[in-house]
Amino acid sequence: MSAGTPTPLALVAELTHRCPLHCVYCSNPLEMARRDGELSTETWKRVFREAAAMGVLQADLTGGEPLARTDLTEIIRGARVAGLYASLITSGMPLDEHRLEEIVGAGLDHLQLSFQGTHEDSSIEFGGARPGTYEQKLRVARWVKKHRIGFTLNFVIHRKNLDQLEAMIALTEEIGPGRVEFAHVQYYGWAFSNRDRLLPSRAQLDRSLEILKRAQGRLQGQIRVEYVVPDYYAKYPKPCMGGWGRKVILVTPNGDALPCHAARVIPGLSFENVQNHPLREIWEESEAFRKYRGDDWMIEPCKSCDRRAIDFGGCRCQAHLLAGRAEVADPVCSLSPERPVVDSILAAINDPGAAASDSQVLQGRPEWVYRPNPS
Amino acid sequence: MTPELHKKPRLAAGCRLNEQNQQRVLLMPERALRLNGPSLAIVERCDGTHTVQQIVSDLQRLYSKAEPQKVETDILGYLALLHDERALDFE
Repeated sequence: MSAGTPTPLALVAELTHRCPLHCVYCSNPLEMARRDGELSTETWKRVFREAAAMGVLQADLTGGEPLARTDLTEIIRGARVAGLYASLITSGMPLDEHRLEEIVGAGLDHLQLSFQGTHEDSSIEFGGARPGTYEQKLRVARWVKKHRIGFTLNFVIHRKNLDQLEAMIALTEEIGPGRVEFAHVQYYGWAFSNRDRLLPSRAQLDRSLEILKRAQGRLQGQIRVEYVVPDYYAKYPKPCMGGWGRKVILVTPNGDALPCHAARVIPGLSFENVQNHPLREIWEESEAFRKYRGDDWMIEPCKSCDRRAIDFGGCRCQAHLLAGRAEVADPVCSLSPERPVVDSILAAINDPGAAASDSQVLQGRPEWVYRPNPS
Repeated sequence: MTPELHKKPRLAAGCRLNEQNQQRVLLMPERALRLNGPSLAIVERCDGTHTVQQIVSDLQRLYSKAEPQKVETDILGYLALLHDERALDFE
């Protein structure tokens, strides 16, 4: 790396935006990549080699549903041959025992399996899934346990499934992965469209954190319990992606290199493509990665803030989504002049009448906005 | 937990030692740990064949200038930490 440019640690490889699920909180952009524009196997292998040469350690193979690509085995092999740690983030839907053996044989290090809840209805309501989805996930979990690979369960949690949290922990103990993530929805992409239905109340959130802390203590040494809190309720913002252009490089299905999943929402940013430029050049030189790297771009209150090296001003995409300007402090920050925007969203959610209006919303308005499949 | 001396620690599923640009790294789900000196000497021996006792003895020889009791305490603490992080199984 040239002086001053940080070394990325993880490559997030969005292999496709095709997916058998239609989750209401999907982090894919509203404009999804088309199948005919997806990168070839050979291009992904080159990107892995270039990433490893830059110091990247891990490849997170995600989507959409990565298993929708028939060349996934070859892609995993390519990541391993390049020297990367290969993680697969999957719904488990298009998987059978034979294909699992094949991808484990190709060198898969770690598989992360997503759940929408602890019963069929949740997969159908929040994932737009067809019947049988939940059973399939349980089958996949049993198959994965037969292999000696890293295994994480991922539960995306929100207002409508938090009452299942204890059942989720019980299911986790029954399955016995090495690690489990309880990720409160983050409000980008499709989740931003469905935010007012997904955002938990303060009481729900507090209770969920108590349950999670207890589980974390009780399962220590058996299952690593990790959780992500919804930052609208936080006092300070999250260090989004570990800082812009600092730890993570994301490559979309058609090869655009982005600093994060949501970066396309920021107007005026243009992204270079791995088909036209080496990954290192994009990371070091491209306008999109340099724009919010470090702290030269900051304005007050971030510019002189003691926390600017801890949270890097929070999330640029969230600043744009909530305040209309990507360079302001993340509006979830209690020091941000834009914080009232977040407070008013929370006030509406926590209004004692909100529960009643919630059911009116359910009756009166079209329901969830489901993520469609790209053509 | 305190590791028992007769147990054989082994890297947990999904964890492996890697080398990149002359730097040894312990790769784990969603995390990575750079290893040097004693931490590397310990993790290299967590292969399911060395007992905790053997690892302690090896390290006491490697670091013969250090107080042997302190070496043992440090190793047991480090193994317990890796276990709690789910990077290690004791077999």
